[in-house]
Amino acid sequence: MIRGLKLFGLFSRISILNELQYRANFFLQLFQSSLSLATGLIVIGVVFSYTPTLGGWTQAELLAIYGVFYLLGGILGTIIIPNMWVFMEDVREGRLDFTLTKPEDAQLLISVRQFAVWRLVEVVLGIVVLAVAVAQIGLQASWWLAFAFGATLLMGVVMLYSVMLMSSTLAFWFTRVWELMEMLQSIYQAGRWPVGIYPEWLRMGLTYLIPVAFAVTIPAEALTGRLTPETLLGTLAFTVALAFVSRKVWFFGLKHYTGASA
Amino acid sequence: MTQSSSGAQPLRQSSLRDRIDMYVVAARQAIIEQLQYRLANMMFMVHVLIEPVIYLVVWSTVARAQGGEIGGYTAAQFAGYYIIWTLVRQFNLTLGPHNFNWRIKEGRLAAELLRPVHPIQVDLGYYLGFKVPQTLYWLPMGILLWLLFKPEINPEWWQVLAFPFVLILAFFVRFCFMWVLGLVCFWTEKIDALFELYFAAELLFSGRLVPLELMPAWTQSIANFLPFQWTFYFPIEVLLGRVSPVDLGWGVLAQVAWVVGGYSLIMLVWKQAIKRFTAVGG
Repeated sequence: MIRGLKLFGLFSRISILNELQYRANFFLQLFQSSLSLATGLIVIGVVFSYTPTLGGWTQAELLAIYGVFYLLGGILGTIIIPNMWVFMEDVREGRLDFTLTKPEDAQLLISVRQFAVWRLVEVVLGIVVLAVAVAQIGLQASWWLAFAFGATLLMGVVMLYSVMLMSSTLAFWFTRVWELMEMLQSIYQAGRWPVGIYPEWLRMGLTYLIPVAFAVTIPAEALTGRLTPETLLGTLAFTVALAFVSRKVWFFGLKHYTGASA
Repeated sequence: MTQSSSGAQPLRQSSLRDRIDMYVVAARQAIIEQLQYRLANMMFMVHVLIEPVIYLVVWSTVARAQGGEIGGYTAAQFAGYYIIWTLVRQFNLTLGPHNFNWRIKEGRLAAELLRPVHPIQVDLGYYLGFKVPQTLYWLPMGILLWLLFKPEINPEWWQVLAFPFVLILAFFVRFCFMWVLGLVCFWTEKIDALFELYFAAELLFSGRLVPLELMPAWTQSIANFLPFQWTFYFPIEVLLGRVSPVDLGWGVLAQVAWVVGGYSLIMLVWKQAIKRFTAVGG
């Protein structure tokens, strides 16, 4: 664990040093992220000009969902997706051989090599939105609330990572899988809205099959005081199961890797 | 060979025919290419469909909560709006920023420039052909959405007849403006921000997000000066059966005007852009 974190820190440092050469990219990213944040806020504004609540959530509470959506989206964009892209390219080009021969767990290695530092802008913007939402809701801060929010947010990250890992593993069988990643990223957009408003079949899919909306809604539930200890435990069990299954899928996929140079 | 000495006359005579042949070849190439990647295309279709399904769910939830209707749309009419949306999207889909960037960076454009026709003509043929497999892939999804969301649409026969024309014109409008944006790649590689701006504007001013009359009044007045609504809102409303004969006529005129405007803009920018292009190898 400590070793993994150290590796993550080292790789991130290299990526960040590399990116720091291109400072104009920071302003471009800031512009793009602010633009998409503003568009999202306008959309929420338009929806709530017609209704006081959506699926039982007020505008301020929906803002909390949007904040979590943005924050988790930033983590996806900073760490998870860039790593998965490089991994899939490596499979396609046969470069994964170099990773597999290293004396370290391969799943760990392919998960920590990239760090798109400018995308952290989204994490920061997400935190700002969350702060505004919390102020508007006027919640009583409590240790339970902070703990539940932190824990569910972490579980959300693990869930998203596991889903992305399992999907990327498909690259071992089908080399062209970027459409799959695009599809997952657009499914993630469903997380902007409370998962409860979707029709039954879609809600089940977004909770158990591709738990992206679930990953966003649960932390927002924690923050708005809706989360029961039972749901928290259930989510924990589900997260652990998902992480376990994704590791199994990873090993299974690895067996199918044929390499290019060997 | 013998004709080349007799001047340009014979060439000019056959040029329309050649032009059409060229479109057909480019279109067939698109169809054959896309039919190979069935799984990938189905995934792409899901990627495209998620967006309207989200809007559809949000707005029909709102409509139901507000006693069944907002702004003259019931939940079933919202369903109709967004299901037609998916078909319109298949048609107004055109080449994106990365395609342009790739073309210039890899020097592909050098080869395209050597051809005796403008690259935009080949694109046009290709993307028109692209509509055939796109519509085929759309069909099962459209039927599925229809069964799941039970939409209500009631167009007159003349609205149904007009729809294909309006649809193609919508494609032309969007095709032209994406090409203009694509030309910016000649000046800078970092065009993602620009496209982001375009898509944000499109989302708010085209009816892509929600039927335009539900947007705030200021949005609607700005939208009248922009091409976006003719690529989403107008064709959708035609098939929904909410456009009067007079508005249909004006709408088609507006579409044609935007195509002419967009095309002139392309030609204008192209002249400047092409001067900046240099390629090695290719």
